[in-house]
Amino acid sequence: MPKRFYVPMFQHIGEPCRPCVVVGQKVLKGEEVGRAEGRISAATHAPTSGTVVSIEEHVIGHPSYLTVPTVVIDPDGQDQWADSVRGLVNPLSVSPSVIQEKIRAAGVVGLGGAVFPAAVKMSPPKDKPVKLLLINGSECEPYLTCDSQLMVERAQEIVAGIDIMMYTLPTNQCVIVIEDNKPDSIRAMSQAVQPFPKMRVQAVPTRYPQGARQNLIESITGQEVPSGTLEADMGILIHNVATTFAIYEAVVLGRPLISRVVTVSGRGIVRPANVQCLIGTPVQDVIAHCGGLNPGVRQLILGGPLMGRAIKTMEVPVVKRTSGILALLQEEIVERPEGPCIRCGRCVQVCPIRLIPCEIAWRAKSDQMDRMAEVHLMDCMECGCCTYTCPSNIPLVHYFRHAKSVILADRLAQDKLRQDKARIQAKEARMEREKAEKDRQKEAMKAASAARKSAAETGKGALSEAVQQGGLPKS
Amino acid sequence: MSPTNLLLGSSPFTHGSGSIAQIMQTVIWALMPATAMAILIFGWPALLVIVLTTAASMVTEVLFLKLRKRPSALGDGSAFLTGLLLALTLPPQAPWWLCVTGGFFAILVAKQVYGGLGYNLFNPALIARVFLLISFPVQMTTWPAVNPLFGEQAYSLSESVAIIATGHQRTPELVDAVSTATPLGQYRTETGLGKTVQEALGGSYGFNTLKAAEGWIKGSLGETSALLLFLGGLYLIRKKIITWHIPVTMLLGCLLPATLFWAYDAAHYPDPLFHLVTGGLVLGAFFMATDMVTSPVSIKGQIIFGLGCGLLTYLIRTWSGYPEGVSFAVVIMNATVPLIDQYTRPTAYGHVK
Repeated sequence: MPKRFYVPMFQHIGEPCRPCVVVGQKVLKGEEVGRAEGRISAATHAPTSGTVVSIEEHVIGHPSYLTVPTVVIDPDGQDQWADSVRGLVNPLSVSPSVIQEKIRAAGVVGLGGAVFPAAVKMSPPKDKPVKLLLINGSECEPYLTCDSQLMVERAQEIVAGIDIMMYTLPTNQCVIVIEDNKPDSIRAMSQAVQPFPKMRVQAVPTRYPQGARQNLIESITGQEVPSGTLEADMGILIHNVATTFAIYEAVVLGRPLISRVVTVSGRGIVRPANVQCLIGTPVQDVIAHCGGLNPGVRQLILGGPLMGRAIKTMEVPVVKRTSGILALLQEEIVERPEGPCIRCGRCVQVCPIRLIPCEIAWRAKSDQMDRMAEVHLMDCMECGCCTYTCPSNIPLVHYFRHAKSVILADRLAQDKLRQDKARIQAKEARMEREKAEKDRQKEAMKAASAARKSAAETGKGALSEAVQQGGLPKS
Repeated sequence: MSPTNLLLGSSPFTHGSGSIAQIMQTVIWALMPATAMAILIFGWPALLVIVLTTAASMVTEVLFLKLRKRPSALGDGSAFLTGLLLALTLPPQAPWWLCVTGGFFAILVAKQVYGGLGYNLFNPALIARVFLLISFPVQMTTWPAVNPLFGEQAYSLSESVAIIATGHQRTPELVDAVSTATPLGQYRTETGLGKTVQEALGGSYGFNTLKAAEGWIKGSLGETSALLLFLGGLYLIRKKIITWHIPVTMLLGCLLPATLFWAYDAAHYPDPLFHLVTGGLVLGAFFMATDMVTSPVSIKGQIIFGLGCGLLTYLIRTWSGYPEGVSFAVVIMNATVPLIDQYTRPTAYGHVK
C-alpha cells in the first residue's frame, strides 16, 4: 500500500467530475470522492480508507505534464469498506434500471482504453436494440497481458458479468472474442460459458490491431462499420473483459471501480508482473512493488507501446485507463532521425482502415487541411501500424494527430462563428421587433392622447376605454 | 526519483527494424550474382564501367547534398544503388566519360533537382540511360563480343583500362565476332529485311535460349543473365523488400501479347521465352519498375503500372524504332504514377465506393 493516493477527477471521456469531499475529511474505502457531472461522466471513489489531505492540481499520464484536480488521500491502514458498498443478491430479479444505476454509481468506464462511461453504453436507446454483445478479449498490443490474465483467473466472474449485461440490455447473443495466441484464456472462458447457451467464445487471428472495434466487428460479423457511425447503429455493443469484470463487481458486490489489473513490463522492470492496482497509486509505488527499475531505462509508457503515452515522471498515478506500465531500455526503442518518404507503400499495405498514410502525411506537412476529407483523415484510429512499419521513421501518426487537432479547432471556430452570427442576427431581429413594438406603442399613445383630447370634450368615460385599448407604454 | 533523460514523444513507441539503408543494401545484394556474372562474361572492362558509374553517382550525391546544405546521405546506399543499376544498363565497354556523365545525370538531374531521395518522378538510373541513349546512340549501342574474364583471349587489366579510357578496343578473333547485334537488335534488323525470325536468329547468329538465360549473350551488363536476375528478384520478394505484383504483371504484360502474336505468326514474332531471356525485361521487372519512389503505393496501382510497363515494352520492341524498350516503358509509366495513385486509392474501411 502506497503512503499516499492521488485520485484524479478526470479519468474518463466526457465531463470531469467534481470533488465532493473536503480537506481533512475521513473517507472509507469505496466512498465517492468525485461526483459525476452530466450524463457522460463517471464518479470516482476512495481506493482505501483514510483522510483527504489535499485537493490539488496533480500530474496525470500525459506527456505535456498536464495536471488535473486531484483528491489526495493518506490511507489510515484500516482499509475499511464504506457501508454504501452493498451488492445485489439476485441481480437477475431486479429491474434493469437498478442495475444500470449500480454501474453508474460505481463509476465503471471502458477499461480497454476508451474509458467511456459504461452506464451510458448499458442504457441503449429504445430505437437501437442490441442484437449482439461482443466481449473484447483481444488484447492486441505487445507486452500487455492484463486482460488475458484476468480471463484465466476470473473467468467465472466475467461470465457472470456478461449474464448480467445480457439481462440488462437486453440481448440474446454474446460472442467473447479472444486472439488465438492466448490458449489459456480461450480454455478458461470456454469452460466458464458452458452453462450459458447464448454465449460463445471465438478465437480470432493474432494480428494487431485486432482489438480495435472496427477490426473486431469485421472479424466476427464480416461487416464493416460505416464511416461516421457507431457500432451501436448496427445493433452491436462492445465491452472489454476488464470492464465486464468491473460491472460484475459493481452489481454483485457493490464495489465501485477502485482497482484494476495493470501489466508492469519491459526490460527495464526487475520483476515484470500483472499487478492488481488501486486507482490512484503512484507509478513509482507500482514499480517498486515489482522490484524497481533496472539501470538504463530510456522510456516510461502508460498503456501499450503502440497507443500508450510516454511519461516523464513516476509521480503520475495509475488511473482507470492504465492497462500497462512499461519501462523500456534503449535496445527496445528505435531512435532514428526522420528520413524522407520513399513511397515504399508499406504504410498503405498495413493500414487496417485502408488509408494512404504517406499521402495524408504529406498533405499534413504541406498544410492542406481543407483537402483532408478526401483522404479520410478522420477515420484514422491512430493504431500506429504505419509509423511502426515506416523504414524512414516518419512519425505519421503524430502528423495525423496534429492535422486532426487543427481541423477540430477550425471546426470549433467555425461553430463559434456560426453561433455568433446567429446571435447577432437574433439580436437584430429582436431590436427590429422592439422598434416595431415601440412604434406601435407610440401610435397607440398618439391615438390615446387624441382620444384624451376628444374625451376632454366628450367626457371621462371615453379615456379609460382608450387606455385599455392601446395599453400604456412600459418604459 | 524518476530516471532522468526519459524520452517523450508520441505513440507508437516501438518500431520495426527496417530502414532505408537496409532496403537499399538488400537490393544491392540481390543484384550481386548478376553483376558478378556480367563481369565474368565481359571481363575487367565491365568491372571498370561499374566502378566508374557508381563512383560518379556517389561523388555527385555528396557534392549536391553539400550544395543544398543537406546532411550527407551516402550511408543510405541509394546513390550507390542508382549507379549500379545505371551501370547494368550500359554496354560492357562504355567509355569512361559515358559512365561519368550518366552517373552525374542520374543523381543531379533525375534526383537532386527534384528534391533528393523520395521526390523524383522518374527512375534515376533509367532516365539517365534514356538520356545517354538519345545523346550518344553510337556509344550506347556498341556491343562488344562476349569475352570471359578467364577465357583464352581475356583482356588484361591494363588493356581494360585503355579500352575504357580511350574507347578503342582490340577486336578479338572470336567465333561470334562476326555479328555485332544483340539478339533483340538482330531480330528487328533482320526481320525488317524480310527474313523470318528463325532465319534471323538461327544460322550463323546461333541464338540459344538456355545459353541466353545463363547470360552468354551480347547486350548491356544487366541484359545478360536473366536467370540470376530472376533469382535476385525472388530474394527481394522473400525478404519482403518488394511484392510480386509489379514484376509478375510486368512480365505478363510483355509475355502475354508475345505469346499471342507468336501463336498467330511464329515466322514474324519470336516466342515469349526469347522475350523473357533477352534484353532488360527481367532486370526491369524486378529492379527498375519496382523502384519504390517511382511506382504506385497501392497494390491495385502496382498491378496497372506493371501491366503498362510490360505492354509498352512489347510494343516498343516489336514496332518502334528501337530494338529494346524496357527503359522507355518504365520511364513513361513513371510519369503516370501520380495519376494511377489518385485513381487507385483503396476504399477506406466503412466507406462505400
